[in-house]
Amino acid sequence: MRKFYTLLSREVSSYFYSPIAYIVLFFFLFVSGADFYFQISFMNQRPVQYSVQEAFFNSIFFWFAFVLIFPLITMRSFAEEFKLGTIEPLMTAPVRDWQVVLAKFFGAVIFYVVLWVPTLLYFAIFQYVTHQTAAGSFGAYWGSYLMLLLLGMFYISIGCFASVLTRNQIIAAVISFCAITLHFFSGLITFIVTEISSTMRQVLGYFSALEQMATLSRGEIDTRPIVLYVSLTMVMLGLTYQAFQTRKWKL
Amino acid sequence: MIKVENLTKKFAGQTAIRDLNFEVGQGEIMGFLGPNGAGKTTTMRILASFLPATSGRASIAGFDVFEQSLQARAHLGYMPENVPLYNDMRVSEYLNYRAALKSIPHRRVSERVGDVKELCGLREVENKLIRALSKGFRQRVGLADALLHEPDLLILDEPTIGLDPNQIRQVRELIKNLGRQHTILLSTHILPEVEMTCSRVIIINKGRIEACDTPENLLGRIRTAGGVTLEARVGADDAPTQLKKIAGVRDVSESEDDGWKILSLRVESGTDVRPEVFRLARDRNWEVRELTARRATLEDVFVEITHSDEAS
Repeated sequence: MRKFYTLLSREVSSYFYSPIAYIVLFFFLFVSGADFYFQISFMNQRPVQYSVQEAFFNSIFFWFAFVLIFPLITMRSFAEEFKLGTIEPLMTAPVRDWQVVLAKFFGAVIFYVVLWVPTLLYFAIFQYVTHQTAAGSFGAYWGSYLMLLLLGMFYISIGCFASVLTRNQIIAAVISFCAITLHFFSGLITFIVTEISSTMRQVLGYFSALEQMATLSRGEIDTRPIVLYVSLTMVMLGLTYQAFQTRKWKL
Repeated sequence: MIKVENLTKKFAGQTAIRDLNFEVGQGEIMGFLGPNGAGKTTTMRILASFLPATSGRASIAGFDVFEQSLQARAHLGYMPENVPLYNDMRVSEYLNYRAALKSIPHRRVSERVGDVKELCGLREVENKLIRALSKGFRQRVGLADALLHEPDLLILDEPTIGLDPNQIRQVRELIKNLGRQHTILLSTHILPEVEMTCSRVIIINKGRIEACDTPENLLGRIRTAGGVTLEARVGADDAPTQLKKIAGVRDVSESEDDGWKILSLRVESGTDVRPEVFRLARDRNWEVRELTARRATLEDVFVEITHSDEAS
């Protein structure tokens, strides 16, 4: 456990040693802040049926920024160690492969969570300025941030997998960006292809991150996406672990 | 301490090392020599559990490097070639991090980190970013890391490459001192270094062990054990032909410097031809300014072993 903790703290601090962290933080807060501002301006013009909080988490602007951050966060995790050769001192120390994989994964998750903390301020500021609650209910906060965490964990595990496949960070970023956008936009099929049966529509809906977010940000905690994303994350981490072990294959 | 049996490693159709067999005993300093691409780094990486072998077995302190890799690694201090380090960390920070990875108990971490910093002369750079270190200091950080957990065995891949002569001397002294408590396997290109530090030497070429012995025995074994250099004014004489008549002289090459002939004689091992050469020079009235015997070095052994293979 101490080794895992040591590896984890090295991972987390390595994010804050690199300029990428600050660029991602700035970019993300800028885009999400602009989004928040525009959503409120829009709501200010006419009455709407949803809360500020629902509007914020379901806008296109927001999702655009969302899919872009994962390749940036995860591309260096393994690829950089391969490139610099630091994987050699790391793996010749008495550490287990899964400790390294999990440390890299949770390191990225922690950075991702840090990225989201300032957005809580938006709602606090909103409340302070308007003397109104931003969300319909307390559960809506839980729901939205839970969904962000679940989807984030899944996308980070995809990013880790892409990074373990190559020693080139750009290639890792491109692979994970493609995979993440593909998954994310597959949830939009029902909007594009209109001529499908209602059963098919329902099935696709189960996998649509957009629909899940719409449900959860209303404050309805649905357990199905929880199970879905936790298990998908475990599958991707399993694949990452296997891919990381290929260097030990006897060829 | 190290036991290697029939170790073979193939990379995509190419055999990097084939059928290596050797043992390194407790407290030995073993030198690992060979031309570039001979398989030194591959062998060391297998011993450090970084690469798997295609076939054969290797063990460290009784633990198989593949099956019981974690225990084997706990007994090993490994310094990889070119010493890859995290550039964004500071020296002390890096060593503390490595100490925790190597399971050094909390209360001993600062003591051990302090000790290795002292031993490797890192005090003056302890708060510097690793990125800002010179090659020599990076090398020492790598060595300090390898020593942190007081391993029984040290594997050092080219520990002195890229160092200046003073640093090489310091590292050599350090290795010699470490050899009192640790078993060491080190690879290098610098042959005089091996002669000075190692108790035994393995010469590897094209993935095979060509020789494994003490430096003294290796020197005794080679045919061209050494040579004699004669610098003289020989007048109109055909010096090489006359020198070749002396028993024990295998070959003579000549060159000229300022009107002096420089004659290099290759001689059979175990013979001293200097008295004969002197007698010849006296009889022929040559004016002599130098007559020296050159002792064979490991370099001669190395060249002979690795070249004879190329010829065949």
